[in-house]
Amino acid sequence: MELDSKSPAGPIETRWERQRFNLKLVNPANKRKYTIIVVGTGLAGGSAAASLGELGYNVNCFCFQDSPRRAHSIAAQGGINAAKNYHNDGDSVYRLFYDTVKGGDFRARESNVYRLAEISLNIIDQCVAQGVPFAREYSGYLDNRSFGGAQVSRTFYARGQTGQQLLLGAYQALERQIGAGQVTMFPRTEMLDLIVVEGRARGIVTRNLLTGAIESHIADAVVLATGGYANVYYLSTNAQGCNATAIWRAYKRGALFANPCFTQIHPTCIPVSGEYQSKLTLMSESLRNDGRVWVPLKKGDKRLAAQIPENERDYFLERKYPSFGNLVPRDVASRNAKQVCDEGRGVGESGLAVYLDFRDAIARLGKNVIKERYGNLFDMYERITGEDPYQTPMRIFPASHYTMGGLWVDYNLMSTIPGMYVIGEANFSDHGANRLGASALMQGLGDGYFVLPNTIGDYLASTKFEKVDTGHAAVREAEAQVAAITARLLGAKGTRSVDACYRELGKVMWEYCGMARNAAGLKQALAKIPELRERFWRDVKVLGSGEELNQALERAGRAADFFELAELMCLDALNRNESCGGHFREEYQTPEGEAARDDEHYSYAAAWEFRGAGNAPVVHKEPLTFEYVHPSQRSYK
Amino acid sequence: MRIILHIWRQRNAGEKGRMVRYELPNVSEHMSFLEMLDVLNEELTMKGEEPVAFDHDCREGICGMCGAMVNGIAHGPLPGTTLCQLHMRHFKDGDELYLEPWRARAFPVVKDLVVDRSAFDRIIAAGGFISVATGSAPDGNAIPVQKESAENSMDAAACIGCGACVAMCPNASASLFLGAKIAHLGLLPQGQPERESRAVAMVAQANRELFGSCTNIGECEAVCPKDIKLEVIARMNRDFIRAKCGVG
Ligand SMILES: Cc1cc2nc3c(=O)[nH]c(=O)nc-3n(C[C@H](O)[C@H](O)[C@H](O)COP(=O)(O)OP(=O)(O)OC[C@H]3O[C@@H](n4cnc5c(N)ncnc54)[C@H](O)[C@@H]3O)c2cc1C
Ligand code: FES
Repeated sequence: MELDSKSPAGPIETRWERQRFNLKLVNPANKRKYTIIVVGTGLAGGSAAASLGELGYNVNCFCFQDSPRRAHSIAAQGGINAAKNYHNDGDSVYRLFYDTVKGGDFRARESNVYRLAEISLNIIDQCVAQGVPFAREYSGYLDNRSFGGAQVSRTFYARGQTGQQLLLGAYQALERQIGAGQVTMFPRTEMLDLIVVEGRARGIVTRNLLTGAIESHIADAVVLATGGYANVYYLSTNAQGCNATAIWRAYKRGALFANPCFTQIHPTCIPVSGEYQSKLTLMSESLRNDGRVWVPLKKGDKRLAAQIPENERDYFLERKYPSFGNLVPRDVASRNAKQVCDEGRGVGESGLAVYLDFRDAIARLGKNVIKERYGNLFDMYERITGEDPYQTPMRIFPASHYTMGGLWVDYNLMSTIPGMYVIGEANFSDHGANRLGASALMQGLGDGYFVLPNTIGDYLASTKFEKVDTGHAAVREAEAQVAAITARLLGAKGTRSVDACYRELGKVMWEYCGMARNAAGLKQALAKIPELRERFWRDVKVLGSGEELNQALERAGRAADFFELAELMCLDALNRNESCGGHFREEYQTPEGEAARDDEHYSYAAAWEFRGAGNAPVVHKEPLTFEYVHPSQRSYK
Repeated sequence: MRIILHIWRQRNAGEKGRMVRYELPNVSEHMSFLEMLDVLNEELTMKGEEPVAFDHDCREGICGMCGAMVNGIAHGPLPGTTLCQLHMRHFKDGDELYLEPWRARAFPVVKDLVVDRSAFDRIIAAGGFISVATGSAPDGNAIPVQKESAENSMDAAACIGCGACVAMCPNASASLFLGAKIAHLGLLPQGQPERESRAVAMVAQANRELFGSCTNIGECEAVCPKDIKLEVIARMNRDFIRAKCGVG
């Protein structure tokens, strides 16, 4: 299969403008004749559904929570990037583009990244006009901070609740369209399959989570905005409900899945405290601006932090990376924390944590300054752990956080199934092998407000749609598939709970396909996962019926898909014989222990094609070329 | 520690519910309240009894999905804290806890601790927004916003729409929720053109949803996990009166 990125050639600065001009338009009077399905109401789906409604399309929008306002985007804390250069500190669209391509370790498509940087400007304008209460300076103008090691201040924020405020902006715009009758909202409704008729996406099959009813919805185009799959690790910073079901079932209907092994592990999370642990909580990256990361020099040193004298502490990031110190990028910080713990020098009861110490910052700046900067984070830490970080150092450990991989899309955000678009974290488009802080919110809103509403019209205007109704054979077949999965889960009547099985999968993925990977481990995982999957289907115990609110059944269905996706992730990780961004293969490192890319052989996006259950998936390659930002080795020494 | 739970079990909206007693002999003080319920549900599943249904998602106190009455207090005894962020170290060995769903006419029970809060969405759809179509916005810095207004607006915008205010109010009034949105948008210059029509439309919808009226009791403020202040209700009343009478 030839993967055509449809990305325009010529000067990068005008590619998006030229593309928009060349795309076909739908006559305003005809828009209401088209129905578009949007699955997901996070930043990507919420903004897309609202914008499509404003344009006059008929929109049917879906989410599994009880309200569109609760999508996982609500939890983002830090901020959103935009190249406004309000601070005259040298920022520009080009610099944001450059930083994002480099930060992604040269595994993203240049055209997409440039467009993202370009529309970052419009996003902020749009959100301000909607009433997002961004932080302000005394002058009344917008405040910015620098984030995640960026050398310019380009991050806009609303206290520690940026995701919440941006999402409420999109949600309110969406509710306005619902009130106006342009959008019909289906909350507590889960997409369980994609309907493909004669090669085109024509609808979805859903389960009403309150009544259990399996229903089909027909449309002219389908947009998936269903978020990332970090919950494949069982424990992650994602919300409990985050899942891969929508994109996975679309993959099984023919959409290619790109770079599944590109996942991001966030270095500063609160460590696991017990078997019952249900999720991991992120502590903002900004803490590394003032906190110092250390472990004891000696193995198995069980003394309290305060009793360990200065010369018996190892500030390992400062030691290894004198110029960036505690501010090295996420992947580097995470890997080093794992390494010292593997050496037996981790702290806390489990030994799976490192200290993040504010003692020196408090001595230097005073407790008040630290409180002003991080008060809410310190409170959150204390609430969860019961320890006071003003007195004892925080304990932190890396956790699975974000997935750069996702369904393959072209420059217009269309997948390999005509008529199916994928936006937000669910696609693979803009972050390459590593995402920079504050760039996911930008991408979600960029896709939803500004890209998709411009590109989807081209498909609608240039396609002749045949009439399809819910009696169509393809619809019946998809519904039957969904019913069969539900029946099988309820019928297993095994002896183990969903979580007992799912936790095991998470452990295998964390161990072998987490922060550091190697061929031997990945092969082991590839042997174990099918076994675990078989055991899951044989032993799982789901009570109740399919005709009512049944949360265990929902969770079982999502876990079932993770058992399959996990295998593809390991295959992809094994296929990529190089280290890049969040994908660190231990065999491929520089003499200093840094990630060693292999541009000669792996400068491509790996897009996997499903070939039927029991058959090996096939990889297709989209070659990546870098005309503007030339690949170089990252160095933080 | 040992915790005794009495939980409201109700199969669906049509059937009658009742309190059921469960005993958990080994609760770790590091668990969150919801993790304790997870453990209970695992045990129930193993025994072949249906697990307790409860809403949750982020488990970080921000999505507003979780919530239950714990011994008569919405989200439990710790001020400024959602149920998912409440940890068991705030309880002691042998404690007996009564868990019930939000109770309000506008929030019918769906199952066990799960209720239907879609009335909140309909209130926002009625007017809780600023009408700005995508692409029509001026530059973000075209209209300066006083720092103080932005801060006050953010205080109100912190509402997570969980419904604790309604559940705790003896009148089942949604005034704290309404006021929070009206203050959030009304404190910003961008929110001025629709300020009065917004208050009127949102209040009218709340009445249609059968939420009660506010009689200034203040239980809502006391349980709000995001510390939204009663002042927002005064602001709502002012905007409403101004719209209706042209004064205020
Ligand atoms: C704790 C945390 C902090 C973060 N902080 C930042 C930050 O500061 N800056 C930044 O840029 N990024 C941050 N991120 C990343 C960012 O929040 C996410 O990448 C982004 O919000 C994803 O948005 P989305 O719209 O793609 O998906 P989501 O917000 O995850 O929305 C998914 C939607 O799809 C729906 N859905 C999913 N599956 C189905 C289905 N089968 N059927 C029906 N509906 C379905 C859900 O109901 C939901 O509405 C953070 C992430 C986490 C976990
Ligand atoms: S689960 Fe999100 S606020 Fe409690």
